[in-house]
Amino acid sequence: MTDFSKPKTPGMSRRAVLAGGAALTASLFAPRGLRAQDFPTAAVNTTGLAVTDSTVTIGILHSVTGTMAISETGSVQAEKLAIEQINAMGGVLGRKIQFIQEDGASDWPTFAEKARKLLVNDKVASVMGCWTSASRKAVLPVFEQHNGMLYYPTFYEGLEQSPNVIYTGQEATQQIIAGLDWVNQTKGAKSFYLLGSDYIWPRTSNKIARKHIENFMEGCEVVGEEYYPLGHTQFNSVINKIKLRKPDVIYAIVVGGSNVAFYKQLKAAGIDPTKESPIVLTISVTEDEIRGIGGENVEGSYACMKYFQSLDNPNNIEFVKAFKDMWGADMVIGDVTQAAYLGPWLWKAAVEAAGSFDIDKVREASPGIELPTAPEGYVKIHENHHLWSKTRVGRARMDGQYDVVFETADLVEPNPFPEGYQ
Amino acid sequence: MFAGYSAGELTAIFAMQGFAGLILFSVFVLMALGLAIIFGQMGVINMAHGEFMILGAYVTYLVSNTFATHLPDLFSIYFFVAMALAFLASGALGMLVEWGLIRHLYRRPLDTLLATWGLSLILQQIYRSVFGAREVGVTVPNWMMGSLPLTDMIEVPINGLFVMALAVGISVAIYALMFRSRWGRQVRAINQNRVMAGAVGINTERTDRLTFGIGCGIAGVAGSAFTMIGSTGPTSGQLYIVDTFLVVVFGGAGSILGTIASAFTISQAQSVLEFFLSGSMAKVITLLVVVGILMLRPQGLFALKLRK
Repeated sequence: MTDFSKPKTPGMSRRAVLAGGAALTASLFAPRGLRAQDFPTAAVNTTGLAVTDSTVTIGILHSVTGTMAISETGSVQAEKLAIEQINAMGGVLGRKIQFIQEDGASDWPTFAEKARKLLVNDKVASVMGCWTSASRKAVLPVFEQHNGMLYYPTFYEGLEQSPNVIYTGQEATQQIIAGLDWVNQTKGAKSFYLLGSDYIWPRTSNKIARKHIENFMEGCEVVGEEYYPLGHTQFNSVINKIKLRKPDVIYAIVVGGSNVAFYKQLKAAGIDPTKESPIVLTISVTEDEIRGIGGENVEGSYACMKYFQSLDNPNNIEFVKAFKDMWGADMVIGDVTQAAYLGPWLWKAAVEAAGSFDIDKVREASPGIELPTAPEGYVKIHENHHLWSKTRVGRARMDGQYDVVFETADLVEPNPFPEGYQ
Repeated sequence: MFAGYSAGELTAIFAMQGFAGLILFSVFVLMALGLAIIFGQMGVINMAHGEFMILGAYVTYLVSNTFATHLPDLFSIYFFVAMALAFLASGALGMLVEWGLIRHLYRRPLDTLLATWGLSLILQQIYRSVFGAREVGVTVPNWMMGSLPLTDMIEVPINGLFVMALAVGISVAIYALMFRSRWGRQVRAINQNRVMAGAVGINTERTDRLTFGIGCGIAGVAGSAFTMIGSTGPTSGQLYIVDTFLVVVFGGAGSILGTIASAFTISQAQSVLEFFLSGSMAKVITLLVVVGILMLRPQGLFALKLRK
């Protein structure tokens, strides 16, 4: 069972928390209910991080203003939930987590500046943050220079592996390959039309998709591939092209406001995803995005993710309930929100395995850290700092949720530098 | 790229592509008409034009929710109510902004750029606080989604037809207002010579306020219509602002006819190029051509001869 129980009254005494913790089933983590006095601050913090006898401070660095606020809000909420739950269980090495939240304001230089502030001035022990690849690339030199630890939640294009980042989302091959194989094997799809917004993630992802379709899927072909500027709202021409080429699958990696325009115009042009001719398969539409697009417009299309809110396992049922209790019953939880939730838990597990908050020791302890309580099921940190996780395909419903129609039998190994796909 | 297709298929696809171009044209006209009045007739560089559109979109969202809960029987026609309210809401906000901000800046047109840009940021943050950072989904009545199958291959999106009809309707209305009404005569007089217009007894302040309000109101209607084809979020207005200015400047500021001609030229070029090239390349080439033409003809396609 999970450890996600959280006290309803924030002002509970420490003893009550510990008693509550003891009543829970045996932990699947390293020792729980750890007492701070068993881990003297001088021993667990040799590098001057913001750790006291009773608290440890971490940073949250996301955009809560600007364009990206739409996407990043869910991550902030998930991270705060995880922190609250960890604190309710007694914290990390007996220390309560405090957090300092900074706003990246959807602006990449601001992200770098705030990251420097968190690491240099606040001496935070880790940072949960970033969403776009651009913001991660902007903070990366800061984290490497000042030896910080970033937990990055978004599925992304791969081609990166930093000692200072733990990637809790999927890299591209984890998200793409299993979905393509599935649509080929169960739906008999042979021809694919690749479509994307014009920046690095859709382009790299489609490159991997194309290589896989052409080199590893027998008799399959790509009949079109193209990109539209971010924020593009007119897709009628490309929809006509798609109708002319008659692909079996429209593989769409459209993001942001364009998504809404794309699906509405697709439907208006008579391509109804529920009829599966062609099949619409995407890796960019989570439950979060559907709220803006409207369930009636995406109904019937497929998404390839590692997590869906509708996953039926005890971890997830508790997670969804806790999330809604904290943030409201009308909240939806997308893939990235769940990945963001893993960040604080993976950090806690690594710190306790290392018996220290020191970044170098946490890094050393990280590979092999397991999280059997993850809402998506079991995950494990790979040597390359990405997570082993399953790939799933869901089919969008009218109400904006997904029915899970497929999941890989085993965990998929993360492979940020895939050979043969470059 | 056309090898292996029958003549019938090609005809169908070109017919559909023709419709796609016309829909894009209508969208551009709707976006640009409000700005053409404000920028063209008043010389105000309104960077908050997109936010006035989104106000209309949010009004549509609220009206659709109200109808869904209180008047479900009338849901299929809520869109017309929404458009009327969107016009009033954006128009009223426009008049308020003109009174509080713009009228102090008539002698400093470049400062209107900064002031309205600031206004656009303020409005975005207000939308974010009120409606949340996430985009909202506006439910469009069923009859407006879907398409009319003319033949097996040719399908015309109904929302496209709706946007086209709306664009024609608003263009005609503006033409009538500008050239057949008292207000239009006053606007044109002020545009030609503000001091003289005042001297012959035109209340320039009131006319300015009304003009700005009508321009913003039309933006609101456009935003309302765009809930059918695009997203409604705090920053969605930014998606339209570049194209809107492009259309107005290329057409020649001050000429409503120029705006329509330029919307036609740009939309057709973009739509055809998008079909033969990729989306990003189509945009690049369209912009290059527009820049080239503006270098040769800085006043735009249609320019009024003005006494300045």
